[in-house]
Amino acid sequence: MKADVVVVGAGIVGSTIARELSKYEVDVAVVEKEADVAFGSPTKANTGVIHPGFDDPPGTVRAEHCSRGNALWHDIAREVAAPFEEVGSLVVALEDEEVEVLEELKRRGHANGVPDLEIVDDDDRLHRMEPHLNMGAVSALLAPTAAITSPYELAIAMMENAVRNGVRIYFETEVTGITVRQGRVTGIQTTRGEIEAQFVINAAGLWADRISGMVGLSQFMIHPRKGEYYILDKKAGDLVRHVIFPTPSPISKGIVVTPTVEGNTLIGPNAQDIDDREDMTTTHSGLAEVWAGACKLIPSIADKKNMIITNFCGLRPEPDTKDFIVGGSQTVRGFINAAGMRSPGLTAAPSVALRVVDILVKSGVELKRKLAFDPRRKPIDKPVKRSDLSFAQSLISQDPDYGHVVCRCEHVTKGEILEAIRRGATTLDGVKFRTRAGMGRCQGGFCGPHLLKLMSEELAIPAQDITKRGRGSRVLLGRAKELLRGGDSNGRDD
Amino acid sequence: MVEMTEDIVVIGGGAAGLAAAIRAKETGAKRVLVLDRNGELGGILPQCIHTGFGLHYFKENLTGPEYISRFVDRAGSLDVEFKLDTMVLRLKPEREVVAANSRDGLFTIRGKSVVLAMGCRERTRGALGIPGTRPAGIFTAGTAQRLMDVEGFMPGKRVVVLGSGDVGLIMARRFAVEGAKVEAVIEMLPYAGGLPRNIIQCLEDFGIPLLLSHTITAVHGAERVSGVSVANVDEKGSPISGTERTIPCDTLILSVGLIPENELSEEAGIILDPTTGGPVVDQRMETSVRGIFACGNAVHVHDLVDHVTETGMTAGWSAARFALDELEPLKNRIRLRPGPGVRYVVPQIISGDEPVTVYLRVRNPVRNAMIRAGNIAVPVRAARPAETVTVDFTEKRVEELSGEAELEIGLEEIEHID
Repeated sequence: MKADVVVVGAGIVGSTIARELSKYEVDVAVVEKEADVAFGSPTKANTGVIHPGFDDPPGTVRAEHCSRGNALWHDIAREVAAPFEEVGSLVVALEDEEVEVLEELKRRGHANGVPDLEIVDDDDRLHRMEPHLNMGAVSALLAPTAAITSPYELAIAMMENAVRNGVRIYFETEVTGITVRQGRVTGIQTTRGEIEAQFVINAAGLWADRISGMVGLSQFMIHPRKGEYYILDKKAGDLVRHVIFPTPSPISKGIVVTPTVEGNTLIGPNAQDIDDREDMTTTHSGLAEVWAGACKLIPSIADKKNMIITNFCGLRPEPDTKDFIVGGSQTVRGFINAAGMRSPGLTAAPSVALRVVDILVKSGVELKRKLAFDPRRKPIDKPVKRSDLSFAQSLISQDPDYGHVVCRCEHVTKGEILEAIRRGATTLDGVKFRTRAGMGRCQGGFCGPHLLKLMSEELAIPAQDITKRGRGSRVLLGRAKELLRGGDSNGRDD
Repeated sequence: MVEMTEDIVVIGGGAAGLAAAIRAKETGAKRVLVLDRNGELGGILPQCIHTGFGLHYFKENLTGPEYISRFVDRAGSLDVEFKLDTMVLRLKPEREVVAANSRDGLFTIRGKSVVLAMGCRERTRGALGIPGTRPAGIFTAGTAQRLMDVEGFMPGKRVVVLGSGDVGLIMARRFAVEGAKVEAVIEMLPYAGGLPRNIIQCLEDFGIPLLLSHTITAVHGAERVSGVSVANVDEKGSPISGTERTIPCDTLILSVGLIPENELSEEAGIILDPTTGGPVVDQRMETSVRGIFACGNAVHVHDLVDHVTETGMTAGWSAARFALDELEPLKNRIRLRPGPGVRYVVPQIISGDEPVTVYLRVRNPVRNAMIRAGNIAVPVRAARPAETVTVDFTEKRVEELSGEAELEIGLEEIEHID
């Protein structure tokens, strides 16, 4: 198989690069070791905040791409119809000595080109903006351009639009080697065969140093930094209106309390450096730290323990070089890194994608605009959830499946689920990320069996072969009575 | 948008909703419509293929499907109307119900009265906050039961059950009967949650270990569950360090509590009891919103379906009388408050001038106790938190009520009952 450019990784960075490249007459293939877009930890378990860009010192790669990325997302998210809300953020000083840090962040923000930053030190105004904020808050840095999104939906939307514009994507395809001849990339080997390509873009997230190592480059190492989260029921109410940050520490922006685009409250993450890139375990102590951190900012969260829907953890790809690694290699031509993109990686992605295009052009690739490029993606219709009566009525009369609600908590219809499957979901999590079925307070207790049945019918595979998220994550282990018949548990009827 | 009017709209076609619909028809309501989100009637009962249903109501030992089919048949013969695969999305206090299905689209129904019979849902792993990985193979007991007994699949082969409530015990047995290995049932409390008969018939008869005063401290497995860590807990329920050990398994079944489904009730502004999680109701099962009645597990989680049916009957009668403009407001309203040893009492409001049956739950297991409410004293031989205690305020007992606005119902342990 051949391609002009191979992108390794279908997280938010790889998806955004793929979508940017799909604007040009260039043959792009994306390879992803997981079963779907956004299944890797940094994108899936991400706070979903589009940062304004004041955190990183001017001159860093992060600073350069963060504020530009923020500005770019405003338009792109609309084009691909991904959830996006400019709610603004507040970095809160709870102690007098923290006020100085806010001033410093504001200076950095100015230098980085972040618009409309303001320090709010009027108590009344601050608490009118955030009625549940700790009464002890001294002041806060307001950044109106901060936004929230759903990171996996955004990545899925970007990749869907890229594929619509000609990008090919291969899932469960792990890169095992990269061929370099005479100092130039000529192709990649994967668990599913070879792809010849002159350019390889490394957007492999937690595994980016391994990919880089395959061409003999080892200028950076990725260390996983674990962050744990709690998500609260929508019933907990509007606890916060903005993204609420504590004053940052040297290693992290701290435990955030933020609304989600769906109206839940998300709290987290803590920051713990670990060794194992596959350690996706939440811990008793980590979750306690997250809870305490959130209660410090918003004390009334302390009464909301019964509103916890679930906890989860994510790993940030922290590079030992302490900055994003974005650029082409001098020694291995055709190899381009978009690596080490921990926070604000989500925010920076579209800016980094533009940089990748620059690098390709400078490397002599002729990038001709694709006339047929369609920037718009049609979202999956959610007639019942939107409660737009005339829209719902006309859609349901065309396709009655859009009237049949399958997910009781999030009001997701059969029509949406079938559409998600048609758009490429092959796993329960794939359906969940595209539709929210199973994300509510009952956590799939009601819709789970229905989803398995719908997926089995639509994908024409036995229900026992359906996985939660690919590989060995099978949901059902066979047919009833199989063990009694001495079945070998491969899950099929005789 | 389709708009309809009905005499009575019943939300939920399980044991409570069907009983309400039947009794409403019997009481004279003309048009009774039951809405249910499932494709079949009966709520949870069609998947409860074990026996133990109907011992009180029919004086027979029936399976879930047998029990509920009697009500489904009766409702059909009374021309109760049904809309299945229909999700109720919103409820307004003026008794307006917004629902959706594939035939009618998004539609509104006005009922002269509305009966809430949404039942309850299961607490999840997330609500418990068990740390660890998030692999496939974690199911609530009811979901596992549906997968096994309705859909015909094996959710797992080597199973640990967390929680010794009845659903958990029954699923432990179902897995064992299907040839799966049930490693243990784990219970945080020092006593089992389920009915004694289920401890014997589901665990002891199958040699399944019951680990009391234990909890699960972590889930293991990257893709599918590979095991769980369990530990002993102290009196406060906190894991005791040093007692942790791992039980290998491919499946974790959660039977850790049921929560009345009341998102709709809350939306309608109905007052909920923070302890039961269901609406505050009076002895006619009327909620704080006039003309909206509630019954079954939406009000509080029952141990026996027979009681669910009883509350449904009461709600159906009241809803019909209300729809016919024949339901006089209660003359007196005596607020029942849980006293010492009592966790909650339902109904929370009685009139005090007619006989009524009150359900209560005790806080801790007791032997030989006296339930006291004002001048009334009713002996109980044994009561456990998992079982509801029924107290009949008979005509004679009601006469002894002094007519106060509040009545505390408490429990007092005594030497012995004569």
